Amino acid sequence: MLCKRIIPCLDIKDGRAVKGTNFVNLVDAGSPVELAARYSKEGADELVFLDITASNEKRKTLFSLVSEVAKAIRIPFTVGGGISEINDIEALLKAGADKVSLNSSIVKSPKLISEAAKRFGSQAIVAAIDIKNNGKEYKVYINGGREETNLVGLDWCKKAAELGAGEILLTSMDKDGTKDGYDIEFLKLLASSVSIPVIASGGAGKKEDFLDAFKLANVDACLAASLFHFNILPIAELKSYLGNNGITVRI
Amino acid sequence: MIALIDYGAGNVASVANALTELNQEFIITSNEAEICRAQKIIFPGVGEASYAIRQLHLLNLFTVLRIVKKPMLGICLGMQLMADFSKEGNVTCLGIFSVTAEKFDERKTKVPHMGWNDIEIVKESKLFNGIKSGERFYFANSYYLSVCPFTTSMSNNEINFSSSLEKDNFFGVQFHPEKSGDAGLKILKNFIDI
Repeated sequence: MLCKRIIPCLDIKDGRAVKGTNFVNLVDAGSPVELAARYSKEGADELVFLDITASNEKRKTLFSLVSEVAKAIRIPFTVGGGISEINDIEALLKAGADKVSLNSSIVKSPKLISEAAKRFGSQAIVAAIDIKNNGKEYKVYINGGREETNLVGLDWCKKAAELGAGEILLTSMDKDGTKDGYDIEFLKLLASSVSIPVIASGGAGKKEDFLDAFKLANVDACLAASLFHFNILPIAELKSYLGNNGITVRI
Repeated sequence: MIALIDYGAGNVASVANALTELNQEFIITSNEAEICRAQKIIFPGVGEASYAIRQLHLLNLFTVLRIVKKPMLGICLGMQLMADFSKEGNVTCLGIFSVTAEKFDERKTKVPHMGWNDIEIVKESKLFNGIKSGERFYFANSYYLSVCPFTTSMSNNEINFSSSLEKDNFFGVQFHPEKSGDAGLKILKNFIDI
């Protein structure tokens, strides 16, 4: 039986891992390669690297970093952040990334999903979708959550799946940073509306939040950053808790 | 020397990294003569089947891969390309394993089948020396090969499917040993030791 996945997310700036909350108060967290190796050893099922480097010049460091990470770990990893061209995707996959996550670029140009899926396979293309509830409905945001779009959350998720994305990485901006639990309501609706795997993101604060996402919303994977960075919740402890509560995990 | 086939449809870097970790000499190649000179062949693959088969034809590798007598290991799409036919792009494949690649039913399960799944060993194979049923490996596939007489292990995703096959010198694994931690490295080591 397929295991539910636990995925630590690492923010990368200028080739270094950074820790912070909501992109502010960033502090250097060390070498991404060493952190990746640590997470892999602790039982992470996959890793996500999110590049938040601002300047294009310095983004070039990402390619050599991906190649170093690929040498150091034997579990799959996804790279995201500012990817907008087929050539970038190809270079990242060639450097050893298993998947890329696409966010703003696919909102601006949805056909990038189908082109990339056709060329590299759906399994390599993650649609990263940031949503926020405006009181009436869930809207899609781009550019790191700074810009609201006209897209409605669930509609865009379905469209991304239809166009050939292999997974949806759904971040609830309302929940992100709150440690209040994942957005179970939306995730449940999403997981029952698309036939591709769903990764929950935003809001994890304790073990029970993961259990709720798997049990109540039936997501396929849970992503978290600060909980793992600051070692508030060791991955092994989380997985053993999930296992004891009837969730199939890889221990 | 191991020939790691690069035909423009495989994540060659990951397999190369794993072979380096195992201290193996290998060449990354799409050259028929080099493939024939190698002692072992690794045939990786990610992406779409009909595109991959077209690449094999363009590089003039289709025939040589069917008739080699050396141990050859197909990984993921590489394994599926060793079947008779793939419904992914409706393409005739290498015809080593007489079975057809079918798509998982999206009404019954999430597709792609993505993540760590366990295997049940159903036939003895040198690939599984030191590996027991219940071991978990990383999969990322939308298509699968049914359980057939060549199946050496199977996994379940609503239905049972082949997670590995074997026939004479031909081996195939649906999962990614190069991405499956220590157990995956053990599979690669076992293949190298054949």
